[in-house]
Amino acid sequence: MSVDILVVAEQRDGALSRSTVEAIVAGQNLGSDLGKSVGLLLLGQNLSDLADEAAAKGVQEVLLADHEKLADYTPDGYSGALQQVIEAENPDYVLFSHTYMVRDYAPKLAAALGKPLVSDCIHYRMEGRAPIFVRQVFQGKIDADFALQGDAPYLVSFQTGAFNADNLKAEGTGAIRATNIDMDRVEVRTKVLEIFEGVKQEVDLSKAERIVSVGRGIKKPENMELVKELAEALEADIAASRPVCDDGWLPLDRQIGSSGQTVAPKLYFAVGISGAIQHIVGMKNSGTIVAVNKDPHAPIFDIADYGIVGDLFEVIPAVVTAVKARK
Amino acid sequence: MKIIVCMKQVPVKDSLLKIKDDNSWVHEDELNYEINESDHYALETALRLKEAHGGEVVILTMGPERVKEAIKQGLAKGADRALYINNADFTSIDPMTNAKVLAAAISPETPDLVLAGLQTDDNGSGQTGVILAENLGLPHTSIVMEIEKLDNGIKVKRELESGWFQWIELPLPALLTIQSGINQIRYATIKGIMMAKKKEVKELALSDLGLSGADVAAGSTGLDFQKVYVPEKTKQALILEGDPKDVAEQLADKLKNEAKVF
Ligand SMILES: Cc1cc2nc3c(=O)[nH]c(=O)nc-3n(C[C@H](O)[C@H](O)[C@H](O)COP(=O)(O)OP(=O)(O)OC[C@H]3O[C@@H](n4cnc5c(N)ncnc54)[C@H](O)[C@@H]3O)c2cc1C
Repeated sequence: MSVDILVVAEQRDGALSRSTVEAIVAGQNLGSDLGKSVGLLLLGQNLSDLADEAAAKGVQEVLLADHEKLADYTPDGYSGALQQVIEAENPDYVLFSHTYMVRDYAPKLAAALGKPLVSDCIHYRMEGRAPIFVRQVFQGKIDADFALQGDAPYLVSFQTGAFNADNLKAEGTGAIRATNIDMDRVEVRTKVLEIFEGVKQEVDLSKAERIVSVGRGIKKPENMELVKELAEALEADIAASRPVCDDGWLPLDRQIGSSGQTVAPKLYFAVGISGAIQHIVGMKNSGTIVAVNKDPHAPIFDIADYGIVGDLFEVIPAVVTAVKARK
Repeated sequence: MKIIVCMKQVPVKDSLLKIKDDNSWVHEDELNYEINESDHYALETALRLKEAHGGEVVILTMGPERVKEAIKQGLAKGADRALYINNADFTSIDPMTNAKVLAAAISPETPDLVLAGLQTDDNGSGQTGVILAENLGLPHTSIVMEIEKLDNGIKVKRELESGWFQWIELPLPALLTIQSGINQIRYATIKGIMMAKKKEVKELALSDLGLSGADVAAGSTGLDFQKVYVPEKTKQALILEGDPKDVAEQLADKLKNEAKVF
């Protein structure tokens, strides 16, 4: 047996990550559009429990790359093992979820295979028999279409949330098969040391009911007063996009997004935030989202419920007054 | 330590982008450009490493004539010299093609360390640096937030998701992709700007790198870029219209009575 579409799994705390399930859903969709089978590849050490979990995810086969050199993630180890698996199995597509780990090794793997990788795609559509992969350029303001030419395999990674893990079709049980990898051929040059949590989170924004979040549009630290007034008027906690925390205008533990906190307040009020994907993943499940931005094409408006296109320095003081008048 | 920093120029943040009629890209002639954010941090990182451990910082950039402005800025901040690949005759959105050209320029320099920003604000593929590592045969770490020099290598702090980090040791030579926010970027001094004028900028054509037009031809890697367009809206925000006072009143009403969030 062999698989046509190979999805590469990632684990978190000994289970398949949610983004892996999203990637399987992408594989299932592509498989049904192209009439192809889907397999899932696990890399790591002592994978038997995980393999049983994986076999129940609606894939035809679960392939295992089980080796002590894969116990900890390294780009050399993963890229080396994957290259061997791909060359032996010859899949048409290799699909990934665009996690920090995939960002770290998938381009290297692509280069080693001499095959392009379309990274961080938000969806695909069929044109005839060929999928067209769509990814964002200019920080989400513009979409771009890519097709893949030449001989397979084709490598594609999908953005977190591009496919809904709840749409998994988990019928049947996949066959589990160990792959033949020769890890003696793979030299791991980096040494993995400890993993640790950055700043001790002093504020837990995950329980906040209302959040006023400020982005680079605020321009200067002196202007932070403005959003503080808004936060006070709304009895909201204050948070920020990454650049604001990088510049030290707010402490790091108030950063929202993929490298910061994930929140879902009743109200998320975004001031001068463009809405890059790394920010959005941290707040998209908020109840009501308000965006104030001078750029009508800012991607934040795609997920907002209420939008105001305008200069925050004019709009925010007026909102403060209007909110206070209604209390 | 000899450090090469890969830098790209991208449209300034907040640029109003207009898509060309044939959807081939955005109108570039109307835009202003700046150093890509994470590349700027990569440059700062290189300068700090040089200040702490000695050595040389070499800027590598590719693009049309306008990118000489980025070189000037980098030299004014303290880089020692620059390599400039004039790509007037080809532009590529394909990270594999770009990495191939950059690798050809880096190889003969035999640096101890290659730094690149982790992704560009225009194409945003986040791949060029990592592909470059593979092309150069170097070990790499991406999304780096701190670097310590060891006796026989370096120790770097790699950013993971949700506020987690990991320390990783690498031998040198190596390649790192740098995350924005790793440090505070300096301004150029007047003295630096004056000195920059005397620094060497070596201009390289494809032929100087042993490459031909076929090596950089669009689609030669199998990646077939087709078009750009304004995204379809999946969800339409209710955009409130009026002067600031009007919209503020409307919003406060909606938040209080419709959304009931205060
Ligand atoms: C691996 C990785 C991890 C990341 N992690 C995170 C993360 O956890 N959290 C995060 O937020 N980002 C993260 N980022 C960065 C992210 O990609 C964006 O760069 C960042 O979110 C942009 O922040 P911003 O919206 O504040 O700034 P910008 O994108 O610069 O947007 C500023 C906005 O303000 C608007 N504006 C300017 N002036 C005004 C005005 N006067 N009135 C109204 N509007 C105005 C502009 O139109 C613009 O839309 C990460 C990036 C990477 C690569």
